[in-house]
Amino acid sequence: MEHGSFTNNSHASFTLAEEDHTLANAVRFMLNQDPRVTLAGYSIPHPSLDRVNIRVQTTGDPAREVLKDACQELMLMNRHVRSVFDKAVAEFKVEQARLKAEEEEREKAKEELKKQREQLESMDIEGN
Amino acid sequence: MAKEEEVEIVRIVTDEEKTFAKNFNINDLPDIPTGLPPHLELQRTRVVCKNDAPIHTSSVVYSGAYNAVGVDNSVKLENFSENFKVNVISSSEDGMDMEFDMIGINAAIANAFRRILLAELPSMAIEKVFVANNTSLVQDEVLAQRLGLVPIAADPRLFDYISESDQPNEKNTIVFKLHARCERGEPRLKVLTEELIWLPNGSEMVKESGESTSSKPKTFTSFSRSQDSFPEFAENPISPSNLDILIAKLGPGQEIELEAHAVKGIGKTHAKWSPVGTAWYRMLPEVILLKEFEGKEAENLVKACPVKVFDIEDMGKGRKRATVAQPRKCTLCRECLREEFGVPIVKPKVKPVKDEGKDKETQIERKEWIDNVALHRVKNHFIFKIESTGSLPPEVLFTEAVKILEDKCERVIADLS
Repeated sequence: MEHGSFTNNSHASFTLAEEDHTLANAVRFMLNQDPRVTLAGYSIPHPSLDRVNIRVQTTGDPAREVLKDACQELMLMNRHVRSVFDKAVAEFKVEQARLKAEEEEREKAKEELKKQREQLESMDIEGN
Repeated sequence: MAKEEEVEIVRIVTDEEKTFAKNFNINDLPDIPTGLPPHLELQRTRVVCKNDAPIHTSSVVYSGAYNAVGVDNSVKLENFSENFKVNVISSSEDGMDMEFDMIGINAAIANAFRRILLAELPSMAIEKVFVANNTSLVQDEVLAQRLGLVPIAADPRLFDYISESDQPNEKNTIVFKLHARCERGEPRLKVLTEELIWLPNGSEMVKESGESTSSKPKTFTSFSRSQDSFPEFAENPISPSNLDILIAKLGPGQEIELEAHAVKGIGKTHAKWSPVGTAWYRMLPEVILLKEFEGKEAENLVKACPVKVFDIEDMGKGRKRATVAQPRKCTLCRECLREEFGVPIVKPKVKPVKDEGKDKETQIERKEWIDNVALHRVKNHFIFKIESTGSLPPEVLFTEAVKILEDKCERVIADLS
């Protein structure tokens, strides 16, 4: 919901229902990153109310559009975070599997060596 | 006087200067400041931990904060995409704990992820307990509360939320039964979560009122098909994620018989629905030695750190130098910045015999350390740790959390359009 004036749409407050610091702080950060914004802030009017108020003042662009852009930007950022994270996890898993295989191979080689040694020893005894 | 004032000041301009002026172009200067001056850069990117308190703790978010020095402080999506990195550091053997680095992101967004992981991701937890018999020392309501906190290994994405008016069915409810009895003459019995037995066909408790004439007696759930028949659960039956959690202890002759209904919910409503034990982050510690620590002093420095951040490097010819070996381990205890190093905080009862000269020496040494050991935290480098309770692996939880933040943005955009 938007609370603004009819004559000047570059200054406005917005009420987001069922949101809290989680979104509001992230959006405030995104708004502050926008050069068109002169002031951005948020408040929770009362701890028992399930909503936040976000204030946006801009250099002239409609505040509503600027807020929308901030959300859009945040969304794209998240999308990027997700793709990078998924890739990193996949890489980690491949690496982990590789290490495990290597470890197993080493164990196998060790066992082989042990077997050979035992065989050699038993042969010695026979010889004696 | 007047005559003296009229003395003409003749400035001698050499040829060299003339050619310089002719060819001068400010853009050719090699040292046009392209970034922030180092002290501002430090304030922007690092928290500096002094021995009394950390400084520069807030992040500079305003895009025009450094306009005066010609530096744009805004994060453009392209820049972000270029600089953002994720490194997975470790994941536990059972795959339920995970540590990863998130580099190049602001605390506002990292914190949003953390908050969503804790409070807004769904999981399944026992919400209703039907007690048929409870003669144990644990009261019904306490027992119900304990059961609620038992983490359940079931993918919440396969279930729907149940509302007040909904009938519990196979898409929104998981039913467990628990029947434990300690026979007379037996020792005390521990009731563990392994006794919670999944009922894929729903409740087995028959409702007392209203004799139903149909073949199926009326129970507290109305499953239209068995959860066994879902391909997801046919292979791996649903159970609590840990089978060794103590629910109650029974004395001889005591008995508990009950049925527990687990439903989907989020941590905001009740912490039992939180899918993580904890999810937290810390900023990357950075330790810098501003002078060479050699010989005895190096050894003292290594000894001063309780988490072994420093190490000694052999430089040959018997010279030893302190190096920062494991900055990640730094807990910012600031032991290395304490003026009275070696003096125990809890004073021993017997006063030790003091060697005045040596004490003074270390004191002077310590004072020097304060200026020469720099403890920083990197503001945009987060060491994130997620401990799942067992419903989903941590990497899935994180991607789900990011998705939820995306959905929130989408909702706001839809609301404003």
